[in-house]
Amino acid sequence: MKKYTNQGSKDTRSGFGAGLTELGKTNPNVVALCADLTGSLKMGDFKKNNPDRFFQVGIAEANMMGIAAGLTIGGKIPFTGTFANFSTGRVYDQIRQSIAYSGKNVKICASHAGLTLGEDGATHQILEDIGLMKMLPGMTVINPCDYNQTKAATMAIADYDGPVYLRFGRPKVANFTPEDQTFEIGKALMLQEGTDVTIVATGHLVWKALEAAEILAEKGIQAEVINIHTIKPLDGNAILKSVAKTGCVVSAEEHQMYGGLGESISGLLAQNDPHPQEFVAVNDSFGESGTPDQLMEKYGLSTANIITAAQKAISRK
Amino acid sequence: MAEIQELERIASQVRRDIVRQVHAVQSGHPGGSLGCTEFFVALYFDILKHQPKPFSMDGEKEDLFFLSNGHISPVLYSTLSRSGYFDVSELKTFRKLNTRLQGHPTTHEGLEGIRIASGSLGQGMSVAIGAALTKKLKGDNRWVFSLHGDGELQEGQIWEAAMYAAANKVDNLICTIDANGQQIDGSTDDVLSMGSIAQKFTAFGWEVMSIADGNNMQAVADGLNKAKDLTGKGKPVCIVMHTEMGYGVDFMQGTHEWHGIAPSDEQLANALNQLEETLTDY
Repeated sequence: MKKYTNQGSKDTRSGFGAGLTELGKTNPNVVALCADLTGSLKMGDFKKNNPDRFFQVGIAEANMMGIAAGLTIGGKIPFTGTFANFSTGRVYDQIRQSIAYSGKNVKICASHAGLTLGEDGATHQILEDIGLMKMLPGMTVINPCDYNQTKAATMAIADYDGPVYLRFGRPKVANFTPEDQTFEIGKALMLQEGTDVTIVATGHLVWKALEAAEILAEKGIQAEVINIHTIKPLDGNAILKSVAKTGCVVSAEEHQMYGGLGESISGLLAQNDPHPQEFVAVNDSFGESGTPDQLMEKYGLSTANIITAAQKAISRK
Repeated sequence: MAEIQELERIASQVRRDIVRQVHAVQSGHPGGSLGCTEFFVALYFDILKHQPKPFSMDGEKEDLFFLSNGHISPVLYSTLSRSGYFDVSELKTFRKLNTRLQGHPTTHEGLEGIRIASGSLGQGMSVAIGAALTKKLKGDNRWVFSLHGDGELQEGQIWEAAMYAAANKVDNLICTIDANGQQIDGSTDDVLSMGSIAQKFTAFGWEVMSIADGNNMQAVADGLNKAKDLTGKGKPVCIVMHTEMGYGVDFMQGTHEWHGIAPSDEQLANALNQLEETLTDY
């Protein structure tokens, strides 16, 4: 069994900040906008190094999305930064009309997604953002799993022409993917081969999926682990190939069951090759205050939940 | 500068195009379109430095215009086609299946002259600010214009944008408010009274001027030229342009009733009798 090593836990938002700082040096067309959360989004270095290319818009997210759309006219590549809640639900119509329908090359960069925002509670813990964004025609939706991957994704989306939603988070989580990785939008990453069950995870749940696979192996269950960093467009071939081999699947994400990665996988299987699926996701509920670990356990997004789901999926084959 | 009489002749044809487009598909928004005809004709045939062909989305070294109140698409489509962005015969397809002339303007179908989708109100000022910022970043000293309905100012995003533009000295931006005092449900005063639009923009830090008769071609052209002179001085420029909804067709004039209503065959004939065919009908 392949072993992955945590090179030292880091927050994915810092991966975004590091990627943006790199872009500031390498791509003169990249500009950044922030709605009064420069520190939280780790955009300070970009701002310091490129004051002319940084736009502080204040607490006015709708205006930020519109300005970003306008900045593309003339060839700039705007990266907007605020919390995931204020990057999606609050400004859905602005994104829909001025960015997605207008086909504008805006990168919507969203931090503090999901329950792991922690103590701020449900007002800020959006668990619907992947669904909101994946429903928009032409929108690419990316949810990387760790610091290194978030940095690589941030840099990769600057070279892609079209609207992108990039989702990341607040807590320090295991950093285990290669520092020098090439990020390919829309490509599933096979992390662990197995024959009994496929675990398809995204974002913070990828490391937990690897932990679960290790414990399952001790129980004699060989789990295949796939990292889906791009939820749309979904790498359907990789998932179908794996599920054809293992015969069942567990989807794992820090998001509502409705509208998330798991639902995309269900649609894919239903249309091509139906197999049993178990969901590790929030079940139609808002979050609440608590530490990230407490919340992940209470809402069923822990390593133990993935193990239970895998065993159940296998039993339904 | 173009001759005012020539601009007025073009405006007569644009008004014919507006009522004919809306009549043909029995849907669309003639009232606001007719009220803003002088503005569009003055802008596209006199004020803007622009290149209809080949159309460039980036519009470098061109003046840019953004229509925020996208429902007055008939006047935009007529003006764009009459100034050479696309063939006037395409006006026949307005609002019909597979058309590039969607009910509200969009970049989605590749229609030349359109740089942003609009229709859901309140978004165009932010977009215009973004385009103006890109011009500043690139050292492109041309202007960015936008048009907004007065009712549209009830959207909160407008005031987010107004605050930003003044605070950040976006002074290559000229936003015109079509102050016709009407919206779908009635007069703006009855629906949601906004007080003084000019005082509001002044308080937000804008340079504010007015065009007292937005249906007088000379006044509109002079006003837009004056607005250009007010730019470059550290403030965005707002023009409060007073117009009459439905102007040019007597039975549509001065009422919100024709905001989104199409004329019957008889009403079309009546309207066309009031509007000289100065260029050839499409």
